[in-house]
Amino acid sequence: MIRLEKIEKVYRTSTVETLALSSISLNIVKGEFLSIMGPSGCGKSTLLNIMGLLDAPTKGEIKIDEQTTGNLNDRQLANFRNKKLGFIFQSYHLINDLKVLDNVELPLLYRSASAGERKKLASEALEKVGLSNRVKHFPTQLSGGQKQRVAIARAIVGQPEIILADEPTGNLDSAMGNEIMDILLHLNKTDGATIVMVTHDENMARRTHRLVRLFDGSQVQ
Amino acid sequence: MLKNYFKIAIAVLQRRKFFTFISLFGISFTLTIIILVSAFISHVLSAGYPDVNRDRELYVSKMHIINKKNRSAYNGGPSFYFISHYVSALKTQEKLAMFSNNSSTNSYASTKKLVINLQYTNDVFWDVLQFNFIEGKPYNKQQLDNGEKVAVISEDTRTNYFGEDVQAVGKYIETDNVQYRVIGVVKSVPFTSNVYADMYAPYTVSKEDFHNTGLMGGYTGILLLRSSGDFDKMRLEFNEMVDKINTTAQNNDQVYTFANTFLESFTRSLPFGEETDSGMTIFLLIVTVIFLLFLLLPTLNLVNINISRIMERSSEIAVRKAFGASSQTLVYQFIVENLILTCIGGIIGVVLSYIILAITNSSNIIPNLALTINFKVLFTSLLACIVFGLLSGVYPAWRMSRMQVTTALKA
Repeated sequence: MIRLEKIEKVYRTSTVETLALSSISLNIVKGEFLSIMGPSGCGKSTLLNIMGLLDAPTKGEIKIDEQTTGNLNDRQLANFRNKKLGFIFQSYHLINDLKVLDNVELPLLYRSASAGERKKLASEALEKVGLSNRVKHFPTQLSGGQKQRVAIARAIVGQPEIILADEPTGNLDSAMGNEIMDILLHLNKTDGATIVMVTHDENMARRTHRLVRLFDGSQVQ
Repeated sequence: MLKNYFKIAIAVLQRRKFFTFISLFGISFTLTIIILVSAFISHVLSAGYPDVNRDRELYVSKMHIINKKNRSAYNGGPSFYFISHYVSALKTQEKLAMFSNNSSTNSYASTKKLVINLQYTNDVFWDVLQFNFIEGKPYNKQQLDNGEKVAVISEDTRTNYFGEDVQAVGKYIETDNVQYRVIGVVKSVPFTSNVYADMYAPYTVSKEDFHNTGLMGGYTGILLLRSSGDFDKMRLEFNEMVDKINTTAQNNDQVYTFANTFLESFTRSLPFGEETDSGMTIFLLIVTVIFLLFLLLPTLNLVNINISRIMERSSEIAVRKAFGASSQTLVYQFIVENLILTCIGGIIGVVLSYIILAITNSSNIIPNLALTINFKVLFTSLLACIVFGLLSGVYPAWRMSRMQVTTALKA
């Protein structure tokens, strides 16, 4: 499903050159739930961003669903992300000016879906995460766990094949974190979603199919 | 999607009310000024009571005489002699109206002193200009030829001299120690009109020496043509007449005078109007530059405000990009949001303009001024609003579209 070949990422400023990722090669199969762990600054989020086509590698190749992504232009990349990928962020990144339903509908705005269709799909996604009773609320009226569930609903509303989660339980207490993890596991098991999750939590990582460890930009496990 | 953008636009406006106020104030104030100035210019330059036939009129109102020998120059208007002797002999016009510059005269009504602006005209004046007679009628050719001391007064003069709602026809009005019999009362003319006066009388009763054959004086001629299609023919005939004067002149004077449209005669009176160039091109250029500068300042202000607002929304922009919005889509979204803001500002500007115009008209600051927002002015203003919205949205939108998603997500 996702193939990374000798991915390298270097950040350059006028004075400093930082090697964030060093020759990472990874193969993620369809339906896999992969965890990426490592100390702070080891390149986990950088790797996730590159997988999610939010950042370009300095060297190396990315193939998602046998499609090489290196030669896609801005519009093609945006389209590809819209169809194939869903994102869950540690800080949720919900739009506070929009109600829950409108937040979840967001990915569908960039497809040719009618307003009725968007509403239906968004409602179904919210039902999956157990938040049907909060559709008219604003994010500021929700708890951390509820916000993350809205973020998950947003990530899955377009039925993407791949979900990329960057420390989805990082800002939550253990109880809420477990709830979120249960939802992700459920999505992986019943919907067959391929999930790549960056986490600091060993307990969460143990519940996934495979663990990849990074250290100073290199893969060590 | 537009509904979503509209929701976001309204939500963003409510987020930082002070900045929203600054933005809306800048837009609406600018537009109000543009609308008011446009309404005034349109009122002055467009056809309006009583000069309603401007689309088929040419004006003979300016004259320059330059002495070829000593290069001395004289600027002024054409004389009665020039218009009645030379211009009236031309064949192309349908009618020729003549009127003098206003003379300020003193009059006394009971114990009140009044300054009456008096204009002398020919009889055809009343055919060319479409005055609205509330009472009576204008003087005719016979009364003109007989030198009868008759007058047509404005409604305001009637009120000031005779009193409110008093019938004035048949009564006498005295000004500068001359008594005139009132034979007509017309609806008052706006102060900004070229034929504004408080009282009109036949030129034959003026104290001017009509035997004077000088070409320069204080009169204006209006050539009424059958249609605007006759403009070129009229101008040709007029110019040939002037050339003939210059070639047959005994002295060294070179006469420059033209049959101009109202706008041309207006620009010719401005400092950049020259002997042979009406200055209209420069006038339009200056107006356009001032208009653009006026639009530019609040645009730049709004650009600044928009850039800071965008930085606040970096997280939202990053999320939209992550979920499939291309840079082009985001630019479009932002421009639409900005257009919504400027349209709201525009509506406020239009409403403010109506209010200010109503107050200005009713206050009579400029006598009998009745400014209106006509379709042309409104359309230009709304167009300015859209251009304003686009100009102030494009650069911030471009900046936003280039934002790195990963950097924005960390912010």
